[in-house]
Amino acid sequence: MTNSTTRTRLVPPNAAAPRVRRGGAAARRDGFWPWLFVLPLLSGIGVFYLWPIAQTAYFSFTEWGVFGGATWTGIANYTRLFADPQLYSALGNTLLYTAIVLLGIPIAVYIASLLNMPGLRFASFYRVLFFLPYVAMPTAVAMVWRIIFNGDFGILNYVLSFVGIDGPYWTSTPGFAMFAVAIVGLWSSFGFSMIILGAGLKNIPPELYEAAELDGATPWRRFRSVTVPLLTPSIFFVMIITIISSFQLFDLLYALLGSTNPILPKSMSLVYFFYSQGFVSNDKGYAAAIAMVIFVIIGIVTLLQFRLQKRWVNND
Amino acid sequence: MTDTITAPRGTTTRATDSRVTARTTTVKKRKSPRRGGSHTIAHIVLGVGGLLMAFPFIWQILMSLSTNAEVQSVVPTFWPAELQWQNFAEVFNRMPFLAQLKTSVLITVIRGAAQIVLCTMAGYAFARMRFRGRAFLLAITLSILMVPSQVYLISQYQVVQGFGWLNTLAGIVAPGLFSAFGTFLMRTAFLNMPQELEEAARIDGANPWQIFWKIMLPLARPSINVLAITTVLWSWNELLWPLVVSTYSDTMPLSAGLATLVGDKTTDYPVVMAASLMAMAPVLILFIVLQRKVIDGLASSGLK
Repeated sequence: MTNSTTRTRLVPPNAAAPRVRRGGAAARRDGFWPWLFVLPLLSGIGVFYLWPIAQTAYFSFTEWGVFGGATWTGIANYTRLFADPQLYSALGNTLLYTAIVLLGIPIAVYIASLLNMPGLRFASFYRVLFFLPYVAMPTAVAMVWRIIFNGDFGILNYVLSFVGIDGPYWTSTPGFAMFAVAIVGLWSSFGFSMIILGAGLKNIPPELYEAAELDGATPWRRFRSVTVPLLTPSIFFVMIITIISSFQLFDLLYALLGSTNPILPKSMSLVYFFYSQGFVSNDKGYAAAIAMVIFVIIGIVTLLQFRLQKRWVNND
Repeated sequence: MTDTITAPRGTTTRATDSRVTARTTTVKKRKSPRRGGSHTIAHIVLGVGGLLMAFPFIWQILMSLSTNAEVQSVVPTFWPAELQWQNFAEVFNRMPFLAQLKTSVLITVIRGAAQIVLCTMAGYAFARMRFRGRAFLLAITLSILMVPSQVYLISQYQVVQGFGWLNTLAGIVAPGLFSAFGTFLMRTAFLNMPQELEEAARIDGANPWQIFWKIMLPLARPSINVLAITTVLWSWNELLWPLVVSTYSDTMPLSAGLATLVGDKTTDYPVVMAASLMAMAPVLILFIVLQRKVIDGLASSGLK
């Protein structure tokens, strides 16, 4: 199983590299004790995770009757899914959302570097301000964002009117809705990226800057040749986390657009598409197929990331 | 801005671009006096940025104290003419707030406690004990980390339904008692600990449980904190699962309760604002009190 190895690589650069040491020195076995320690967890993992994963894989090849009972239909769900324009629209929306949220990372690098200035006063106060959205309940903050984005009386359009822009109905116009959701997504994930990047910055040895300065490197050059290369592992980690969690977009979309919004069919994320098929239309076989496709997509994206990281991430 | 700054070794740097200036000062242990200019710009950027980040919260507080007409006025009334405190009282009439609060608190506490117990135990065994099938069981457990939650959602629902737990606290709580992530986190923590203490205790005749409980667990405190923080945040804020397993508003936690509170057109905005403030408040207050621990914990683990 290669999964465990790929996951271990996710341990960020700022944490000490896990040094794998095997149990005792001798080939000792601990009898029944280990089972006492692992069985409570493993039984739950088996019942609530492993079994359901196997079930879903099976369900994706079945169709569900109105009164329950699954009939084997082979790959029918998948052929239907790949011909379903909603899949591609949901995928497109999810990608758009992810792209916009990723734009927060360079800004987070900048803010983190400001916060890392020695002797900066109020640094922890600023840090709390920037981090606050990350801990706030998405459904609760979505409520106020609905008011901010409101087409008739929202303060965003009020502010835009000063620069001569007639703001749209953000949450009820297909193109703009996803954009609005992504702004909120960026806002709420920003603090997390900033914290991780800040920890990465702290780990860059000051001697490197001093050496660069002695060599006459300009501040910009020092940033480009010292800060950025040494920060790439943190940047990579933050990107992976951002992409994986962006592909899971559900809460914000649901709470910001509302479950009865007429534009939802055009503004769904992949997970919302899954939810609406599985738990609103109650088409569980089809939803299972969607889930499997999401799984594969996330797998491919993550794999690609790890492939590409060799080109630009400095892992020394 | 043309202030020249003398750096420790006599080189001079001319600060022309605020961004660049800011970055140069990321250098630690500079002996030069504080660079007034660059800090001013940092304060401006951070102040404006921080205000933008905090604005939705400020707006939420203002709106929760306004009348519905004030919220919906085209020219925003920034400060309500009269503070409408009764909006907060009204929340209790619109939704079963106390029942949902109770559910939220219970699921958060139960999941937190269960994950700490189960994940530290399993993490310890995976890190430090020898038993048949260890590598295989570990790989299986960790592989769950790669699977998005939708994949197990449908049949988790079935399992919970099979137990007769739909619309019950047990149903909302159950899957979240077990965490592959927590196991991974705790295993890493135990792997990084020195072996000598354990060996010494073993020689003194302590059994594995005593070694775990008395020696290793106290050492794992920092990682346990991280686990507790992530579990509390996730459990309090999570929406999809509670929405799926609970259909009655008085068995829902606050996250799902809020999401279903809002009708689309005829919404009493101030009351919704008050309700969402009340729903967020416990975790926000906890965060502000423990900010150092939370931020440092998440930063050092780097894991969500």
